[in-house]
Amino acid sequence: MLTRFFLMGLDKKAGVLLTVLAVLAVAVPFMALGTAPDSPWHLSTHTVALLGKYLCFALLALSLDLVWGYVGILSLGHAAFFTLGGYAMGMYLMRQIGSRGVYGNADLPDFMVFLNWTELPWYWHGFDHFWFAAVMVMVVPGLLAFAFGWFAFRSRVTGVYLSIITQALTFALMLAFFRNDMGFGGNNGLTDFKEILGFDIQAASTRVGLFVATVVALAIGYVLASAVVASKLGKVLIAVRDAESRVRFMGYETDRYKLFAWTLSACMAGVAGALYVPQVGIINPSEFSPASSIEAVIWVAVGGRGTLAGPVLGAVLVNFGKSYFTAALPELWLFALGGLFVLVTLFLPKGILGLAAQLRQRLPSRGAVAGTPAGQKGV
Amino acid sequence: MSAEDTLLYLDGVSVSFDGFRALNSLSLVIEPGEMRAIIGPNGAGKTTMMDVITGKTRPDTGTILFEGRTDLTSLREPAIANLGIGRKFQRPTVFEMHTVWDNLELSLKAPRRPLKTLTYSATKEDRARIEEILDITRLSPRRDRPAGSLSHGEKQWLEIGMLLAQDPKLLLVDEPVAGMTDAETEQTAHLLKDIAGKHSVIVVEHDMVFVRELGVKVTVLHEGSVLAEGSLDSVSANKQVIDVYLGR
Repeated sequence: MLTRFFLMGLDKKAGVLLTVLAVLAVAVPFMALGTAPDSPWHLSTHTVALLGKYLCFALLALSLDLVWGYVGILSLGHAAFFTLGGYAMGMYLMRQIGSRGVYGNADLPDFMVFLNWTELPWYWHGFDHFWFAAVMVMVVPGLLAFAFGWFAFRSRVTGVYLSIITQALTFALMLAFFRNDMGFGGNNGLTDFKEILGFDIQAASTRVGLFVATVVALAIGYVLASAVVASKLGKVLIAVRDAESRVRFMGYETDRYKLFAWTLSACMAGVAGALYVPQVGIINPSEFSPASSIEAVIWVAVGGRGTLAGPVLGAVLVNFGKSYFTAALPELWLFALGGLFVLVTLFLPKGILGLAAQLRQRLPSRGAVAGTPAGQKGV
Repeated sequence: MSAEDTLLYLDGVSVSFDGFRALNSLSLVIEPGEMRAIIGPNGAGKTTMMDVITGKTRPDTGTILFEGRTDLTSLREPAIANLGIGRKFQRPTVFEMHTVWDNLELSLKAPRRPLKTLTYSATKEDRARIEEILDITRLSPRRDRPAGSLSHGEKQWLEIGMLLAQDPKLLLVDEPVAGMTDAETEQTAHLLKDIAGKHSVIVVEHDMVFVRELGVKVTVLHEGSVLAEGSLDSVSANKQVIDVYLGR
């Protein structure tokens, strides 16, 4: 029953993507650990972490596509869920430092000692345990999304208004997390991590392990998202995107459908953030900045909205471009990103994947038709 | 006749928008299995009447009872739809990105809760029912086409097919033949008459030829209330109705 559900969404596109991920999961560990450092095939720890970061962004883009591409909710605040997941993981990593901090305090993280706090705030309890942090990584963004969505969807806030509120949400969180007395390290955020699950976080083997975990998370996220999209629930979501009031008159409580997709998407974004933090080694409030969320929207648009695989591709490509540009021509990157968004919106309304489908054949297949939005309503 | 024996019972329903009275103490009774045509000049309140029945608009005053017991004025659209009231809009609204088959599958009477639809797979009976509706609406050859590629008339039929799949007790149909050719209009009249056997139907229509084709009891609305009721011949002979239609 459950197997049938998960197999339902697997098409050719999914086959290609999952194959690529499987190859990465084997090749990257081999190239990083099994080759000599001077071999042309060798991958440095830095490169492995960079690839891992791209895949975290790919998972974020996937989660955003689920709500934007299939339900028509243009979230300009998805980085909020990503960052909250990241903070939950960061709190676990902080607790693993123990007495190895600068102040050598076994009970409190350095920044709390610095603020003259004497005991751990209640919301830090439990984060000593990995399992607790792993649950919170999904529960915290999920709960926030549920509460936000419950109010927004019930009051029938849609379109641009909803996008603006999501933007306000992430902005408000950024301001809150910048404050020292919030207890999340303020400006500097959480950093100087030492260990994850007892493994040295700087070690090449740990980095490879984190990379493989990211590949697995992305694969699971993809299979889950395609199964949801291919189910009858997914068809209702597409119907809500294209003609919500009609769906209501058919007897579907559209708020609940939106809430389901929205909350699921937030949980996926949270997992992406949690995998991101140990690989980049820091989490701070700037991740909440509105620009991060907007960048994620660009990845989705570039790859192809409403295609699931497209946003994964878009996130990797754009971030690869970003890494290249910020090293080679740092002052041009923002112009390149803005230009890319304009060009894609004007000339590739369905993104790279849509262009590929267009070139392949004029008559699209069943799945592709249902999956592609009616127009760029959200933009 | 008491409210308990009726399918739909409207009493003294009024709605105002910014001081404009769209419905003015409207009272209307539909019996189980009845088909009723509603006519009236523009602005008579025909569409607003549909809106208050289906929960899109809340009436300022008045009573709306379904099956003599359920008060519709406090319910939201999906709840009213699930009681068994289906609605067809003036402009055909089908899900253009979905295939004809998927449009019907979404409409098919089945649990509407998210967790039920997540794990839904079409049973043999479901498929048979969809096939049957495809035959009735003559859309069988188009089943795998996206609904957006259908002609205007085909979209109208698909929407009627979707209502059939929903299997409501009461169907509200808003101008089903607007923009149709004569042949399509005639076929649509047959289609609606077929449906009327098993369901109650309210048809709002401008097209007098079509209303004559249906041959059912007619209610004339004017300025938000009922002006006349009876057979088409009797209301067409009514002096007030002639005045309203030809201008005073």
